[in-house]
Amino acid sequence: MPYLAKIKVTLRQSILDVQGKAVEHALKNLGYNSVESARIGKYIEVTINEADREQAERVGNEICQKLLSNPVMENYSLELEKVN
Amino acid sequence: MAEISVGVVVFPGSNCDHDTEYALASIEGIRPVMLWHNEHDLQGVKAILLPGGFSYGDYLRAGAIARFSPIMKEVIEFANRGFPVLGICNGFQVLLESGLLEGALSRNRGMKFLCRQTTIRPVNCSTMFTSLYRDDEVLTIPIAHGEGNYFAPPDVLKSLIDNDQIAFQYTDENGRASDEANPNGSLLNIAGIVNRQGNVLGLMPHPERASSRLLGSDDGRRMFESLYQHLSAR
Repeated sequence: MPYLAKIKVTLRQSILDVQGKAVEHALKNLGYNSVESARIGKYIEVTINEADREQAERVGNEICQKLLSNPVMENYSLELEKVN
Repeated sequence: MAEISVGVVVFPGSNCDHDTEYALASIEGIRPVMLWHNEHDLQGVKAILLPGGFSYGDYLRAGAIARFSPIMKEVIEFANRGFPVLGICNGFQVLLESGLLEGALSRNRGMKFLCRQTTIRPVNCSTMFTSLYRDDEVLTIPIAHGEGNYFAPPDVLKSLIDNDQIAFQYTDENGRASDEANPNGSLLNIAGIVNRQGNVLGLMPHPERASSRLLGSDDGRRMFESLYQHLSAR
């Protein structure tokens, strides 16, 4: 059964996010004074065809740890959705 | 005397592979061998260089996909057996992604891609890549990168210091590792590190672009000469 893995990869809080900072400044320059911060990450969709949700989740976590994120400087979150 | 073969791995998107080949070929006694990333045969080389460039277009993260190129399995085994492996710029990024070196490189703190001369100081001159340098000299070697901001958690930084694994630091002309001399925000002004065994070195500056006076500096040349001296003494 195919599952759609929605993966978000973000820089750890301790890492300076220079892209996020640039966007934050641009938003403030536009006059959005209520904007306090901006951070930029990656959004990745992967379709995983496994027998059940548990298997798909195992593969999803594995690929996030192995390739899609770098645990030294990034965190990831994984959300699975059944595809019909 | 027979020439010693040194491999240069060519990934799709490498763009300093031929500069590296040229610099190696200019050292008498070294024969550069180009190794295509899709191969598994290291062709009997005695050392391997991972060149600069944009392997796989830097997609996902710099070096992240190249790290899983077929030849990297052999390169990692080669390194673990104690043979010399030198990663330059993108090659450094590949070494970090592959776990042969610790830490990571993120976006330059000023956001810009930086292509200019830097002054760096060799901190550890007892490695097989740095033995012909002195730790009280300052080298002029260019950088060309957008993601060279070295990061590692505090415990890793501490072990890098404790085990003398910082190979090069960005410094001013007097050899001081000041914040002004730090082009990209790297922690401790780190420009290059070596593994604990001393046989795997990664650095952001490009020694192959400083291998001849005609290029503005030949300070990078001694890195290849150090390597040759090590290999020919074995």
